[in-house]
Amino acid sequence: MGFWSWGVVTLQNECPGNTLAYSSISFFYSPTVNDCPFFPLQIDYTGTEPSSPCNKCLNVSWDSSPPCTCTINFTLEHSFESNVFMYYGLSNFYQNHRRYVKSRDDSQLNGDNASLLNPSKECEPYRTNEDKPIAPCGAIANSMFNDTLELYRIDNDTRTPITLIKKGIAWWTDKNVKFRNPTGDGNLTALFQGTTKPVNWPKPVYMLDSEPDNNGFINEDFIVWMRTAALPTFRKLYRLIERKNNLQPTLQAGKYSLDIAYNYPVHSFDGRKRMILSTISWMGGKNPFLGIAYITVGSICFFLGVVLLIIHHKYGNRNTSADIPN
Amino acid sequence: MRLLITAARAPGPARGGKRRQRASCQLGKCAGEEKRVGTRTVVVGHRPVSETDAYVAQKFCDNRIVSSKYTLWNFLPKNLFEQFRRIANFYFLIIFLVQVIVDTPTSPVTSGLPLFFVITVTAIKQGYEDWLRHRADNEVNKSNVFIVENAKQVQKESEKIKVTVNGEVRLLSLKLVGRGRCVVRAGGGMSCPGELTHYAVRDTTVLCTDEAIDALTATIECEQPQPDLYKFVGRIIIYRSNQEPVARSLGPENLLLKGATLKNTKKIYGVAVYTGMETKMALNYQGKSQKRSAVEKSINAFLIVYLCILLSKATVCTTLKYVWQSNPFNDEPWYNEKTKKERETFKVLRMFTDFLSFMVLFNFIIPVSMYVTVEMQKFLGSFFISWDKEMYDEEIKEGALVNTSDLNEELGQVEYVFTDKTGTLTENSMEFIECCIDGHKYKDCISEVDGFSQTDGPLKYYGKAEKSREELFLRALCLCHTVQIKEADQVDGLIGHPEHRYTYISSSPDEIALVKGAEKYGFTFLGLENNFMKIRNQKNEMETYQLLHVLNFDPVRRRMSVIVRTTTGTLLLFCKGADSSIFPRVQQEEIQQTKVHVDRNAMDGYRTLCVAFKELTQKEYDKIDRQLNEAKMALQDREEKMAKVFEDTEADMHLIGATAVEDRLQEQSAETIEALHAAGMKVWVLTGDKMETAKSTCYACRLFQTSTELLELTAKTVGESERKEDRLHELLMEYHKKLIQDVPKNRGGLKRSWTLSQEYGLIIDGSTLSLILNPSQDSSSSNYKNIFLQICLKCTAVLCCRMAPLQKAQIVRMVKNTKGSPITLSIGDGANDVSMILEAHVGIGIKGKEGRQASRNSDYAVPKFKHLRKLLLAHGHLYYVRIAHLVQYFFYKNLCFILPQFLYQFFCGFSQQPLYDAAYLTMYNICFTSLPILAYSLLEQHINIDTLTADPQLYMKVSDNAMLQWKPFLYWTFLGAFEGLVFFFGVYFLFQNSSLEDNGKVFGNWTFGTIVFTVLVFTVTLKLALDTRFWTWMNHFVIWGSLAFYVFFSFFWGGVIWPFLKQQRMYFVFAHMLTSVSTWLAIILLIFISLFPEILLIVLKNIKEKSHQVRNKIIRKVPDSLSARPSVRPLLLRTFSDESNVL
Repeated sequence: MGFWSWGVVTLQNECPGNTLAYSSISFFYSPTVNDCPFFPLQIDYTGTEPSSPCNKCLNVSWDSSPPCTCTINFTLEHSFESNVFMYYGLSNFYQNHRRYVKSRDDSQLNGDNASLLNPSKECEPYRTNEDKPIAPCGAIANSMFNDTLELYRIDNDTRTPITLIKKGIAWWTDKNVKFRNPTGDGNLTALFQGTTKPVNWPKPVYMLDSEPDNNGFINEDFIVWMRTAALPTFRKLYRLIERKNNLQPTLQAGKYSLDIAYNYPVHSFDGRKRMILSTISWMGGKNPFLGIAYITVGSICFFLGVVLLIIHHKYGNRNTSADIPN
Repeated sequence: MRLLITAARAPGPARGGKRRQRASCQLGKCAGEEKRVGTRTVVVGHRPVSETDAYVAQKFCDNRIVSSKYTLWNFLPKNLFEQFRRIANFYFLIIFLVQVIVDTPTSPVTSGLPLFFVITVTAIKQGYEDWLRHRADNEVNKSNVFIVENAKQVQKESEKIKVTVNGEVRLLSLKLVGRGRCVVRAGGGMSCPGELTHYAVRDTTVLCTDEAIDALTATIECEQPQPDLYKFVGRIIIYRSNQEPVARSLGPENLLLKGATLKNTKKIYGVAVYTGMETKMALNYQGKSQKRSAVEKSINAFLIVYLCILLSKATVCTTLKYVWQSNPFNDEPWYNEKTKKERETFKVLRMFTDFLSFMVLFNFIIPVSMYVTVEMQKFLGSFFISWDKEMYDEEIKEGALVNTSDLNEELGQVEYVFTDKTGTLTENSMEFIECCIDGHKYKDCISEVDGFSQTDGPLKYYGKAEKSREELFLRALCLCHTVQIKEADQVDGLIGHPEHRYTYISSSPDEIALVKGAEKYGFTFLGLENNFMKIRNQKNEMETYQLLHVLNFDPVRRRMSVIVRTTTGTLLLFCKGADSSIFPRVQQEEIQQTKVHVDRNAMDGYRTLCVAFKELTQKEYDKIDRQLNEAKMALQDREEKMAKVFEDTEADMHLIGATAVEDRLQEQSAETIEALHAAGMKVWVLTGDKMETAKSTCYACRLFQTSTELLELTAKTVGESERKEDRLHELLMEYHKKLIQDVPKNRGGLKRSWTLSQEYGLIIDGSTLSLILNPSQDSSSSNYKNIFLQICLKCTAVLCCRMAPLQKAQIVRMVKNTKGSPITLSIGDGANDVSMILEAHVGIGIKGKEGRQASRNSDYAVPKFKHLRKLLLAHGHLYYVRIAHLVQYFFYKNLCFILPQFLYQFFCGFSQQPLYDAAYLTMYNICFTSLPILAYSLLEQHINIDTLTADPQLYMKVSDNAMLQWKPFLYWTFLGAFEGLVFFFGVYFLFQNSSLEDNGKVFGNWTFGTIVFTVLVFTVTLKLALDTRFWTWMNHFVIWGSLAFYVFFSFFWGGVIWPFLKQQRMYFVFAHMLTSVSTWLAIILLIFISLFPEILLIVLKNIKEKSHQVRNKIIRKVPDSLSARPSVRPLLLRTFSDESNVL
């Protein structure tokens, strides 16, 4: 848990009718099966508990190959009717630490060839490796989230993979303007010639994806990661699950399994990892804060309004109100 | 400083002073020091006196007047130095340097740019003000004077010659007018008489041409420059070929002060003995010290509080950081390794840099732009005073003048008002009202003036005296004075009627009034020629009288006499003076009928004079003549001998009648003083006048009420000679007992509770004051000052008469330095008021008739005393409220700016990660939130100006710096803290789910900061909108304009990949933020919650006010009808007949 988060009750998972205790322990409870229809489903797959299937991967290191895999089964009590958004969430991960936030080179990411080979000093100590410039340089890129999550629907012991769309998860402006691959002739491999991969990455940046419009710096997973989170507990959009047709809900109620290629170590800094499935309304993600706040403020205003109205009726004298300024 | 003898009033050239001086002035002593020893020797012309005495060019102060601070060359370094002496600026400089040197979270630009902006704006303002001073200096220094060189007049610029007429001039010779007398209007009036007669040394009066002057060989020995205006000791040694040198003594009557204006002559020849900054007038200026307002002191106190907050924040963060980091995976998790350099630094050094970094991060809590905004506010705000149409005077075609803009708000804090009398409270012009002859009252109305000049039916009778008595009385008025005639074409119509060919000039305006009064009744004084006074009588016949002796006025005798011989040879003595000094010297049976009139006139506030006469036989006259001449020749005890002769001469006279002259008060001065009183100010009158005159004026302008009990510490009560210290001691003790010990202590009550109890007035004169302030010997009297001060502070009104200019300043300084250091204000119109104007916190000059010295040295100049009312009650009040609000608002807005940043540290591992983008950090104070508060602080009228002027009580509401005390400060601080908490935690809870867009995309830390910042900018701006009571289009423009600018800027700033930025962190952050409906809802909600307490407060206040109004409605009716009484009451309710009427 974050240094401070013990003091702040997280309302995120609160479900009307559930006890407050539920919400406060929801982080620790794993796997969580959400049983209220309008609130997102969260699955903590850190694997700290010995019973967790992912417990074996807890002390995984970066370069373990083949990757440690684990599978978590869960049941969906209610179906998700509209498009479903799949997030990964990290806790106690200080993406907003100053040293971390500034450890990037935006001009390198923008496709500037000079910066590609001579990254900014801000990237230290992730600037060069074995005298070769790192592309993309910096701590943020170096620590990119690299678990692979796959979702299967279990229907009578048959696992049907659910299509996860990996494009359209980053801001359009980031994908199309802010992040650019280096310019020049030849394929990406040639363009990144002379650079080396970030230390922690298993493969270089030009091999992030097979599709050319999602490879290199414009890989959307990469772009999403590069937008540093505001708080140490955060979530990032991972995949989209689109509704196929009007007849079926996007995710029917039933059994599912989550296959995890567990690459990303969080245990060393006491972090946690979650997978979140959520639908989105016109207001964005589910956010109980606004609702509660509006209701509270509205009630207070209404109450005060009534009180003042009474006072006004009792003491107010309409004849005198207008003529004296101030 | 401007008035030159040549330039000011006398048309035509005045021959300037002579050139080089041989002076024993040591360079180091050229200005400033008061005590000077030794003498200086001035050689007239730079001719050696004798062959043996070789001429040595002397080092000597040049005649340049320098009031400017900078030159073109030293402006930049000196101004920068001056500016960085300010704690706040220095602090920001340090922060800037830290940012440059140490690796800090924000770039140096964030604090460097605002600092640069602030410094530049201040420098421009100060440069402009100094340019104005340069211009004013040049006006003086480049003005033309004439000097005699080789028997010719040469016109030169004042500053270019070493010694000029611009210095003080000792009269050598006069273009002869009227028996070698020269009436000089001292620039700004040495004291009330305004005009003084100066004389040339007899031996030099014949030197009337350039050649003659050039041939003169002489030296002048005189004392080193010293500030006492009324003292001058020196001698002139005139060398004539083949003759023994002649030595003549020189006194103050031979010295013309700088700025003097010639009245009855076109030119004089003179020698400059003191020049430039050494002139007596300049020494009396005391150097303009920087006046700092009380508001600034409050600001400094608040700054210290905020500095403490800042330091504690930084300390807390640093400590917690290391506590947090004690956990290794917090200190250096695998994803966020330290650089090599970071690892190698010592821990202590690292902690220190961390501390500095936190300081830098939170440094915006000290509002960098506050000083510049305050300065802009003062600078621009001062225009409102000079633009005020109500303070525009039709007569002089000028409005108020603002010389310094630093003290605007001080006008709203005044507790003591020191005012000059003549020319300030009064018009300084007398008018003949009525007279009584043998107990018959003669009163003319303006319409009847014509009737008087006819021979037969001159007077409106209330009873008629014998014709011969009437004529005798009028002749007495025509003869018994020292008035001189000035041809009208030589002067402007300062006193005389424009249709007259001549004007009367006198050192006493009373005399002029009397002579004019006589003229109305048909007796016209035509002037004095060769000791013959000419009068045209009612029958248009000329009468001439030989003037034999003038028994001059003096304040002890309080009368003056002339002895004349008629054409028929009759010897007549005419005497006029205060009733108290005349009545004992006339036949007792004559008194009664006149006394009635005198008393009634005195009650009406007129200055009364009694006129008496006696016939002298030749024998008597011979005796008097002999005695007088003897006395005049006497070298020792001359004064006493003269007095005795006068005493003997002016006896056994016959009372003819009495006159009543009005020293008109300035319009509304009484109302103004009443308003000032009602506003809780204490008014002291400091005047060079005699006590009696001053006292009657004080009654007239309601400084003293009829119920006021007067305490007197004057030459009269203290007495003369050795015993006066003892007597003074007794008196002080008695008064002290009366006022302080006997008064039941009601300390807990109102601070200004004196308004309720018995009112005391104190009268003190100059000599007694110097006795108190500079006790002659022993230490026992040294606590006089303290006792005196206590007495003074207990009195409603204090009248100090016979004050020398420096004494006025002493009084002001004394009050200024008392406990609680009350804000003092001095108002005066003459050069003699300059020192007190400079001494007080706020100096106000009246653009009066007595030159421009006062208004040039003042902080503000107004045309009339009555304008003080609006200046203080309306402008001062408003300026104070505005600036107080400005200061509080600045601290508030910076607190709620920085608090979220501080709170964010708890969520980012105390890593000094800034919450806001650098551009926002930089622009917050200089762009987004600066203009609305500036406009507010310029235009706000929380209470209508007319209401403020009409109701002096309102002034008390802001007295004692009420809006900048700790209580309101705490309120604002809590408000800022509350809002800061709302901003941060509101967005924090919102960000529990950071996918706020409707397409599920996620916001990062910069969006978090931008939402907080948006709420912040809107809240503080709308808070100001809520506070604004007086909306002008400008307020609308800047408030909505600022918000629009913020939105526009954010789009713009996030809309471009800026090539000069290392990180494109804001790229499209703002635009994305606005696509989220949740964010909109959150922003609106948070703004509303932040402003909710304020809105609630306003609503509650409204309700309270309304219920008050209902309750007061009936009660108000009575005072309303009272205040509707005629604003001009009869001038005077009470005066003492023997005190109101001396010349």
